[in-house]
Amino acid sequence: MSRQSNRTTDSKKMNSELFTLTYGALVSQLCKDYENDEEVNKQLDKMGYNIGVRLIEDFLARSSVGRCQDFRETADVIAKVAFKMYLGVTPSVTNWSPAGDEFSLILENNPLADFVELPDNHNTLVYSNLLCGALRGALEMVQMAVDVKFAQDTLRGDSVTEIRMKFIKRIEENLPAGDE
Amino acid sequence: MTVHNIYIFDRNGSCLYYNEWNRKKQAGISKEEEFKLMYGMLFSIRSFVSKMSPLDMKDGFLSFQTSKYRLHYLETPSGLKLVLNTDLSVNSARETLQHIYSNLYVELVVKNPACSPAPSLDSELFCSRLDAFVRSLPFFSPRAA
Repeated sequence: MSRQSNRTTDSKKMNSELFTLTYGALVSQLCKDYENDEEVNKQLDKMGYNIGVRLIEDFLARSSVGRCQDFRETADVIAKVAFKMYLGVTPSVTNWSPAGDEFSLILENNPLADFVELPDNHNTLVYSNLLCGALRGALEMVQMAVDVKFAQDTLRGDSVTEIRMKFIKRIEENLPAGDE
Repeated sequence: MTVHNIYIFDRNGSCLYYNEWNRKKQAGISKEEEFKLMYGMLFSIRSFVSKMSPLDMKDGFLSFQTSKYRLHYLETPSGLKLVLNTDLSVNSARETLQHIYSNLYVELVVKNPACSPAPSLDSELFCSRLDAFVRSLPFFSPRAA
């Protein structure tokens, strides 16, 4: 595919601290609004989903990535292209299930949580849950139903931050109803 | 050289956008029916092409031509389908369609939070920019060399 050749794929760079702090403000506001960690997790996931379904279009337009042939390729694109493009980090892909339908993204450092210390009364808060929603939403738009969740989080005392992704099914395209 | 018309379909088959510039012959059916007919044909061609291909394909269906016009097709991995009809002198409109997707659709529709693509695009900015872009294409004018 040569269609990208005459276009610059440079993204606009900006200070990531502004992004991190804005996200922090969002989470702390949600904590005030809901007073229940589970509900905050749910809201973050929902917002992430809404971002993901739009973000995928930007991603596809800016990278020359075509349709992925299998889940391994998907994992590579997410870790090496997408995370790099939007968060400036490259997580490693590990812990494949034998069937090849599950893997983990290990984040050395989580750009959303740079200045964060979770207080003791928020031990069920999944601080960066927005990422899960965004991954789920983006993949849904390319016909993949995927389950995404944090398996480990340095904010909660784990040694690494791990996002676990499980492929559920391919979403089949169907002819709209009423078509003959 | 000329551009006849353009269709943009979403992944569910609804026609998000249609515009025509140089269309001498109308279908004689309502636009809704025409959109369904067009989408149905594209859907069938895609499945036909993928079943008949003797080799694995990368991009799949790209275009077809008749004695009078050529239909150019671009589908993104997210299922957005762009269809441009031109006369036969336009060999490939792939770059053009890609430009419409990345520089107009993504920039003006997807990145506009107030603009939800379905059921049909109502962004005036997108419509006017797209119109201006198509009119500026080197192969737009019927008289240009």
